[in-house]
Amino acid sequence: NAAMAAQMSDAHRRFLQVLMSHGIMEGSEARKLHRCCCEIHKVYYAHDKLDDFITTINIRLQPLFMQIRKGMSEGDGRAHYALVNLAETEITKMASDYAENELELFRKTMDLIILSENGFACSTDILNLADQLKTKKMKKKEAEQVLKIFVEDKWLSERNGEYTLHTRCIMEMEQYILSIYQDTARKCNICHSLAIQSQVCETCGIAMHLPCVAKYFKAQTEPRCPHCNDFWPHEIP
Amino acid sequence: EDDDDDFSLSQTQTHSQVQRNLERRSRDEVNRKVSELVQFLLVKDQKKIPIKRVDILKKVIREYKDVYSEIVNQAGRILQQVFGLQLVEIDTKHHIYILTSNLPRVEGENLKRDNQTAKLGLLTIILSFIFMKGNSAKDSAVWEFLRRLRVHPGEKHEVFGDVKKLVTEEFVRQKYLEITPIPLTDPPEFCFQWGPRAAKETSKKDMLNFVAKIQQKEPSFWTSQYNEAEANP
Repeated sequence: NAAMAAQMSDAHRRFLQVLMSHGIMEGSEARKLHRCCCEIHKVYYAHDKLDDFITTINIRLQPLFMQIRKGMSEGDGRAHYALVNLAETEITKMASDYAENELELFRKTMDLIILSENGFACSTDILNLADQLKTKKMKKKEAEQVLKIFVEDKWLSERNGEYTLHTRCIMEMEQYILSIYQDTARKCNICHSLAIQSQVCETCGIAMHLPCVAKYFKAQTEPRCPHCNDFWPHEIP
Repeated sequence: EDDDDDFSLSQTQTHSQVQRNLERRSRDEVNRKVSELVQFLLVKDQKKIPIKRVDILKKVIREYKDVYSEIVNQAGRILQQVFGLQLVEIDTKHHIYILTSNLPRVEGENLKRDNQTAKLGLLTIILSFIFMKGNSAKDSAVWEFLRRLRVHPGEKHEVFGDVKKLVTEEFVRQKYLEITPIPLTDPPEFCFQWGPRAAKETSKKDMLNFVAKIQQKEPSFWTSQYNEAEANP
């Protein structure tokens, strides 16, 4: 196995440093970075060997309970790479970064998002939570700032005043979310990953990511639910 | 600074003491602490927050204090071998650390920063200004210089937001800048200098080359700065 034989090099280390500072990278960005790192450090490069390159790094990350993981953006279906923390079941990475009440606000925002139909929570609803926090109340202005930081740090994504979980957050916390929200969190029927934004069959209740829907029903005139075969009621993206 | 007695190292641990203490712990337990420390350091470093030993002891090491030096050494080795990062003590009195990259800096290309790029640009300009002024500059000179670049401390900047806060608080907290009051000045004046992180992450030579590039002159045009840069790589 070529990946097992490959040694950790400065090219790998540079890739890891840059990926870490970005938090998450889109597939084409990661491929460009792979090429750059190999060029800078004069390491063997093949354009289709990014996954092997990453495996070499992951072997060294395993004892640290970390991993470079590949995931899909729920918005555009594009592949993304992120460095995730495997060890804890808590929101560990965030824990050392934010105050207690900020973490509480995040958890409550996550509740709203996961319990919602479309995977979004509107800012008004989130801000209303601010003065109900048990740890330490927050003024609305302060909560607005904290939300802004969550977006900057790529835990949340914002669109037209509504918030959903950032791809990086989903990749990092998938296991945590599936275990904490066992009964409410949805899994995509096609790719079997956690689905925050989804289309749901009104008959049998299965869910699918929007990009997965687009792919599955491509060029079909009569889209039908893959599970119960009923007519798929939603607009195909 | 070490106000909490439990979280200070009251005596330096000798190597043999640590080895004896290690025998009482399982390898798995120690490895887990090492991993926790590595993650803790990486998270703090991503935000460029200098790491205090007090926090390391309080939040990560805890009851494994007796094998502290072993855990830190192992974490340091892993950071180097896997991430190409080095744990550097920038304040030996208060025991404060930062992580710096071991990898050779790449000319021109700034692959590292994402949304931090603009801030880094502003910081570079300020650091180079300070260097060109002979390693320290008065606050009034710095703000005048930035004003000419349409960055005003009083106004909310489109990209940087509250510039005054960014420069006098964030950059100082991250140890890029050091701002000290000049005694006996009224109204109070301040002296801007490079902070310890700036010294570790860049060099006078890089700064001079940066300025030279912008002004389209040879670095040697500025004789005293050139000599200084050559003497302090």
